[in-house]
This record gives sequence, C-alpha cells and structure tokens, in this order.
Amino acid sequence: MSKLIDLQNITKAFDSNIVLDDMSLYIRENEFLTLLGPSGCGKTTTLRIIGGFESPDKGRVVFDGTDITAWPPNKRQLNTVFQKYALFPHMDIGENIAFGLRIKNKPKNYIQDKIKYALKLVNLDGYEKRMPDSLSGGQQQRIAIARAIVNEPKVLLLDEPLGALDLKLRQDMQYELIRLKNELGITFIYVTHDQEEALTMSDTIVVMNQGYIQQIGTPEMIYNEPENAFVADFIGDSNILDGIMIRDELVEILGARFACVDKGFGEHKPVDVVIRPEDVELTVPGSGTLQGVVSHVIFKGVHYEMEVMACGFEWLVQSTRMFPVGTQVGLSVDPFNIQIMNKPASEDEEAIGVNE
Amino acid sequence: MNKKTLAFPYIFWAAAFIVIPLCMVLYYGVTDKTGAFTLENIVTMATAEHSKALLLSIELSLASTVICFLLAYPLAMMLTGMNVSTHSFIVLIFILPMWMNFLLRTLAWQTLLEKTGVINSILGFLHLPPLELINTPGAIILGMVYNFLPFMVLPLYNALAKIDKNVINAARDLGADSVQTFFRVTLPLSLPGIISGVTMVFIPALTTFVISTLLGGSKILLIGNVIEQEFTQTGNWHLGSGLSIVLMIFILVNMVAEAAFDKEGDGASL
Repeated sequence: MSKLIDLQNITKAFDSNIVLDDMSLYIRENEFLTLLGPSGCGKTTTLRIIGGFESPDKGRVVFDGTDITAWPPNKRQLNTVFQKYALFPHMDIGENIAFGLRIKNKPKNYIQDKIKYALKLVNLDGYEKRMPDSLSGGQQQRIAIARAIVNEPKVLLLDEPLGALDLKLRQDMQYELIRLKNELGITFIYVTHDQEEALTMSDTIVVMNQGYIQQIGTPEMIYNEPENAFVADFIGDSNILDGIMIRDELVEILGARFACVDKGFGEHKPVDVVIRPEDVELTVPGSGTLQGVVSHVIFKGVHYEMEVMACGFEWLVQSTRMFPVGTQVGLSVDPFNIQIMNKPASEDEEAIGVNE
Repeated sequence: MNKKTLAFPYIFWAAAFIVIPLCMVLYYGVTDKTGAFTLENIVTMATAEHSKALLLSIELSLASTVICFLLAYPLAMMLTGMNVSTHSFIVLIFILPMWMNFLLRTLAWQTLLEKTGVINSILGFLHLPPLELINTPGAIILGMVYNFLPFMVLPLYNALAKIDKNVINAARDLGADSVQTFFRVTLPLSLPGIISGVTMVFIPALTTFVISTLLGGSKILLIGNVIEQEFTQTGNWHLGSGLSIVLMIFILVNMVAEAAFDKEGDGASL
C-alpha cells in the first residue's frame, strides 16, 4: 500500500497557542486510520488541515504525490462527515445528497441513481423527500455519510461522527462504518476521543496529545505495547507504576521482583511499568508476588472491578471472581503481561506525556 | 392568581391605545360628516392625485429598501466573520446615530442638502456649480436609507450569525466554490432575516411623512403626507381615515405574502 496522504512537518498555532508542532504523518490507501486523543490534542485541527478548512503555518500536505497545501476544500478529492452532521436544513434529504453532484453538473438520471444507491447503502431507502430536522441524530449522521460518499471521494474524513449518539446506536454505527469502508474500498480518516471506538474500527491508530504524536500502530500494538505512560493511561484502564529494571527480564516493583519478558533497558535503570487490570491475578494470601487487601468492589457486568491495596499502591484489578472488601489476597502477574517503558528523558517530554 | 393576570396592564394599554383608536379609524373611514355609512373615503384612493402619491411612496420605499439591503448584506456578512470586540465596535458605530432623535437627524440632513447648505457651500468654495439636492426624490431616498438602515442590518446579522459554520464548510467540502456556496446555502438560509429586514424598512418608509416633509419640501407628496394633511390641515378625519385603511390593508396583504415565504416563522412578520 502506497502513501495516499503525506503530512510533512505540519505546524499550526492559533494566536500563541501551538496546536500542532512539526507533525509528520502519512496515510496509506484503503486504510482506516484513527486520530485518537483527549480534547485539545490537535486531532481535529489535523483533520481540518487535510480537509482544507485550516492552512498550516508551516509544512506541506501532499495528496497522491501532489502538493495540495494551498488548495481550497472544493478542489480536494476528499469529503468530510462533520461532527454535528451539518446537513443543509433548507433542503430535503434527496437534495442534500445531490448537492455535490449538482455542483459538478452530473446528469439527472445519474444523480437519481446515486441518491437511491447511497440511501440503500446507509439503510434509509425512501427518505428522499424527508427534511433533515424530521430525522433522528443517527439517521442524520447516516445521511451526512451518504451525502459525502456519492461524490466518490478517495478519502472520507470523519470528525467524531458518533459523538452525539447514544451508546447502543454508537456501537451499531461502528459496525456500519466498518461495513461501509469495506464495501466502498476507500480510505477513512477518523477522529475520536473514544478509545473503544478507535480500537474497534481502526487499521491504524495515531495517539495524539498536546500537538504531538505519542504512538502510531495497530489497535493490538497500541493496547498491548503502549510506548509511554500517556498511551497506556489513555487506552483502557491501567496500573502505571515506578519500577527499576534490575537486569534483562527482571523488574523490581514496590520492592518485589517480577519476572518479565523485556530486554535491553540496562541494569538498575528506573522505568515505567504498565500492568492492565485484567492481567492482575488474585490468589489466596501467602501465594503470589505481593500481598494486599481488597478495598473496593464494583460490579461492572462482565466482570468485577476491585481496588486492592498492596505495598502502598492501589491496584486496579478486573476479575470474574469476586473477593469481598477486606479480604486478604495475593497478587501475581504473568511475565508477558508486564509492559516496561522508558521514563520520559526530559521534563519537556514529560509535559507532552502524562499531563492532561 | 395565574399568569394571565400579569397581562392585564398590557391588555388595558392595548385596548386604550391600539384597539379603540383602530376602531375609531375604521368608523371614521366608512362614514361621512353626517355619520352615514359610505365607501367614498376609501374609493378616493383611486383618484389620480391620491394613487399617484401612493405609487410614488411605493417606488421610493422600494428603492430605499433595495439600497438598504445591498448596503446591509455585505456588512452583516462581514460582522459574522469578525471577533467579538471588533464586531461590537462596528455595531456601536452603527447604532450610535439611533441614540439621537429621528427628527434631529433628518433636520441635520436638511442642513447638509439645502441650496445654501453645507454641501453646496463646500462646492462653492471649490468653485464648482451648486447641486440641486434638497426637495428631490433622491433626497427622500437618502433620508429613508439613512434612518432605516440599522433595521435592515440587525435582522440580517442575526440570521447570518445563526447559520452553522459547518454547513458552509460542508458546501465547500462538497465542491461548491464561494459564489455557489453563497447562492445555494448562505442566501437561502438567511431568508428569514431578509424578510424581517425588508419588512422593517419597507413599512416605515412607505408610511413616513416626516422625511418627505423635511427633505422633499412641499413639492413631493407621499401617501403619508396626504393622510397627514387630511388630519392636520383640511381637518377631514373621514377621508384621512379612509386612506389610512387602504394603506393598512396594503401592508397587511404584503406581510401575509411575506409570512408565506418565511417558512421558519421567526421573521418579524405576523
């Protein structure tokens, strides 16, 4: 797969507030790429720069080998699905979908066929004559998608398109989007702050914070091998601890030594350690690497979420087995479930890391 | 005590100063001096003298409405794109003259436009021939535009400010250039504001008699002047009322027609 969009050294500031700092990123053809991060991390600005609604202060946007940095949105071969749908309130659904095609002076029959096809694709056949404000949020969002894809863009940009929908609908729409992406065979660039959405749908996730890319990788890589404490903390729940790498494959946490599988961090070096709550195993007191007491229990449906006080650290633990509050337990972690990360090298790097 | 009770002061006000006078206008309009029923006063509008005044009124107020629209729309568009502090400054400059009395402002224009007024004095100083400014239809239009322009700007600005920026972005995104975006999206979405603005300029312009008296002299009679004279000079309240009724019906028909256009129903029309 070749580079379809190449962002080169993009810098963007609003007044004195730097939103993107020398960011480079490429997007391959047919990829479902998600820009993920907390609000203010620069993900929406990145999308707007690709869409042509903002121009970068520095850097270039290259699309399919052509520099399009200075092109207006209407010249770009991509379409956007906006956060609040942004349907034209004075046009019916058919006219909304036909907008882009009418601008391009396509023949009437072609437009009619396209409207039918697009409505079928988003499961809203027969809605041509309805007005946007008579549709629910989920339906409006699907119309917004239909309106974008009839133009046969090479890339579809989606700006938190499911943000305004309720949970059940959001989950349905996630599957819908994956299906659409496979049927259309085009590139999706998706912006969200919802890590679950990102993990479910993406081929590639770009985790961003405060204008910097923190990690790029597949959902599995991002979840299982977070590169720094920010990524670990942002993607899913996690226990982040200070540790000392004693030697290869052995780390000391809270005074106890744990076997792990990471190498090459040097000897007696301070590191960050991430352990996912579902990877902490609770056993009878006396066994396990650490001893602790259960301090909180919450039933979450699929599992119980417990807090266990051990060696002065409050561990977050998820298990299908319930241990009542006050129970003495032993904690153990499998070596391959311990994720070792370098401490941020400087205070500056730390600032772009864990702080939210 | 329910909330309806709170409306009593206003209901009293409306009855005393709106409903009763209106009924009186209606009564005077359809009676003659002896109190007998007649349509004479209303039909009089069709005579050459009166219909000419009405037509001229319509012409001049239409012209000033169009000029107000052409001046106000670009300004309102510019205002929506500005940050709050610049924008409030410009709105202030705009509203500032309205703090002065309407009559004073129009008198000021009279001083400027007079034969020996400020503009002609400057022209004379520059050895240029004096201009015939006052007592022309142009002077009346100028007075109307000057006085009623803010009533066009504010509803247009409100309507334009309400348009979701992303809807404009969506049009650009779907391939429309800025001109296409304007005519297909911005203009239709600002229609409620256009209707309010047009109503708020056209109706006072149509009925004014102060502007035409001060800037048109006695040469140019608008329908407002005709009605005013029936009341104040001729003393024929019956004829004045009859003509007023015709004018009111004309305005009413206009507003109903506009309301039919105004789908969103948040314009100034009924």
